[in-house]
Amino acid sequence: MVGNPNCGKTSLFNALTGSNQKVGNYPGVTVERCSAPIQLGHTVAELVDVPGLYSLAANSEDERVAAEVIQGKTEHPDLLLCVLDALHLERNLFFFSQLADQGLPMVVAVTMGDLLERRGSRLDTARLAQLLGVEVVEVIGHKRHGLAELREALARNLEQPRAASCEFGFPIELETKVAALSERLARIGLDVSRAEVRHALLNPESPLVASLKDLPEILAYVASAREDVAHLPEIGPSFDLEKRYAWAGMVTKAVISHGTALPSRTDRIDAVLTHRVLGLAAFVGVMYVVFQSIYTFAGPLMELIEGAFAWLGERVQPLVASHPVLESLVVDGLIAGVGGVVVFLPQILILFFFISVLEGSGYLARAAFLMDRLLGWAGLNGRAFIPLLSSFACAIPGVMAARVMPDPKARLATILIAPLMSCSARLPVYVLLIGAFIEPQFGAFWAGFTLFAMHFLGLLVAIPVVFVLNRKVLRGTRLPFVLELPPYQLPKWRDVWLAMYFRGKLFLKTAGTIIVAMSLVIWALSYFPRSEADLARYEASFDTAAHSKATDEELDAARAQHVQSELLRHSYLGRFGRAIEPVFAPIGFDWRISTGILAAFPAREVVVPSLGILFGLGGEADEESGDLRQAIQQATWPDGSKLVTPYTAVGLMVFFALCCQCMATLAAVKRETNSWKWPAFMFAYMTTLAYLGAWIVHMIGLALG
Amino acid sequence: MDSIPLNSTKTFWDLRAGMNARVLKACSDCPHGLRMQELGLTQGVEFKVTKVAPLGDPIEILVRGVRLCVRRKEMLDFEIEILE
Repeated sequence: MVGNPNCGKTSLFNALTGSNQKVGNYPGVTVERCSAPIQLGHTVAELVDVPGLYSLAANSEDERVAAEVIQGKTEHPDLLLCVLDALHLERNLFFFSQLADQGLPMVVAVTMGDLLERRGSRLDTARLAQLLGVEVVEVIGHKRHGLAELREALARNLEQPRAASCEFGFPIELETKVAALSERLARIGLDVSRAEVRHALLNPESPLVASLKDLPEILAYVASAREDVAHLPEIGPSFDLEKRYAWAGMVTKAVISHGTALPSRTDRIDAVLTHRVLGLAAFVGVMYVVFQSIYTFAGPLMELIEGAFAWLGERVQPLVASHPVLESLVVDGLIAGVGGVVVFLPQILILFFFISVLEGSGYLARAAFLMDRLLGWAGLNGRAFIPLLSSFACAIPGVMAARVMPDPKARLATILIAPLMSCSARLPVYVLLIGAFIEPQFGAFWAGFTLFAMHFLGLLVAIPVVFVLNRKVLRGTRLPFVLELPPYQLPKWRDVWLAMYFRGKLFLKTAGTIIVAMSLVIWALSYFPRSEADLARYEASFDTAAHSKATDEELDAARAQHVQSELLRHSYLGRFGRAIEPVFAPIGFDWRISTGILAAFPAREVVVPSLGILFGLGGEADEESGDLRQAIQQATWPDGSKLVTPYTAVGLMVFFALCCQCMATLAAVKRETNSWKWPAFMFAYMTTLAYLGAWIVHMIGLALG
Repeated sequence: MDSIPLNSTKTFWDLRAGMNARVLKACSDCPHGLRMQELGLTQGVEFKVTKVAPLGDPIEILVRGVRLCVRRKEMLDFEIEILE
């Protein structure tokens, strides 16, 4: 299934195949391969949704993959289903003309006929079929109109294949040379399409010419033929393109009869939504509704999921309580790990609901149109807006939303900076530290300002990062930014539902497995080694005298906390934290904070309960708890100086703002870029930035005392 | 369309909302020029500026029945003339 971008291909694909689609990747590249079985009469065929193309001349990776599929280099299609958009027939026919040259059997499906009729124009399908030389079926995917006819046509053409027969008005002198050369090539066993031969005669750099370098006889023939052709009067550099568009224009005129065109509904809506003032106001309003809904609806759902997993943990605990290792593995490792994945699902589903509604209604393209100038200034483009804004809630849906960007380099740049946007998981850290160090000393205004500054920091740092990325890492030619504003329409609920379903499934399957595995590793590192002897020793080392005024109950609780923090201190993770204390010392962190940071690498929100254990308060502490604030305020270095000053607190917040402490994001980036290279790069650059940022703050702190 | 060239060669920087224009020359060796020609902006084709984004760029043009948003600065591979 091939066609221009936005020609209604996805809608038709969904209508033809339903929900049993398989989404994978083409080997070695980031291009998605979407396929599904389709029932055609008595046989079942595999329908592959090839990425949308404007032309077979490949400009990007997506296009190269798609062109290779169509040209039979990677897959061998028995039949092409070419989707033509009736509203943009002329440009769609330009692409059709290139397909026709491939000599592959084809069936044409025309979409958007209903919208054309609403504009008062009519398409003559029978005449179009005549002019193209293949079967043409008009379909309206979401109304399931024409689907049966299309299936029949596909079944018929699989049995009796028909290739397109149309002439594009190339001069007869050229076509004779093309035919002669094709025959010579056929004689030595090379099956080359007429388009490739024609391309070779018009362009000395054609790949066909390069592949013939071992055949001097043929090359000499090509050279002399090219010389003859070059003398033809109409041949210029864009000759091939112009001829095809001339043909497409002629066919379009012949098959579409225009009625009286009224100003369309779309134009009237756009007069408001892309208006200089009203358009921007409406845009802010729409974004506000989207993100407010995510916060409003995702919050309770996430609490529900957390509650469900906590309940599950409590239920399972007695079953495994006889084996402490198993108990901790199942409850703290497995159930907490799986819960930590599933908890992101509401945000992802709600965001993708809005993205597919906005996309389906046509507003997403307007948002990109409005925002392009602003983001272009930072070296991105308008389509990066939604992914980046989503990342303020959570980088994972943001990274996944970047797939609305067709230019692979712009998309990669967007993915790589998405985690710099301050996500909601950083909030507990900010709240804890601002509550302990900024608010009591500087007051509510500076507390609010610090919170705002932390959210702004990521955005600010992202600009130079994109600048450097574009010049150093993602060099090479960019595609021009091209955007179409499709007519407004009601979103197709089926497509909305399918988008949510597939994105949710994909997230759970790919990101989920990695996150659970990493949570188990961190659990094991913080649990082992542990023996009865150790437990007894830590209990014995508890200083009862320090708690002389406490009741028995308080004493037990304090003892348990002491044991827990000693256990963590002596675990592999704690040992590692102490071992790398020198690394974090230059930025003012001791082993406790270092261990907290290490434990937070799989998921940054873990840092607050970890600090709770490390500062001897147990794992139940949260960012609002006064005990933890106090414990951190009063903690000292061995020499008695304060461990955390306001500068250290800001340094720690800067560290968390810039650091990539989220296994789930890295897994999502791996999934979206289909390689470990980019998540590794992202992890490295963000960790470096975080360290540098915290170091700068610490230096300023030392300088100012 | 009865079109009289106003004056000589212009670029996409000179376009305002509502203007009609024609492509005089398209660069085929430039990556952007080639892609835009594939999208229908071939030599001699006429187009209309239908929208200008609130921040001045990108602009939307109507060419061969297709509305296309492009950035002015990425269209400098094209020489155009503005029609009345």
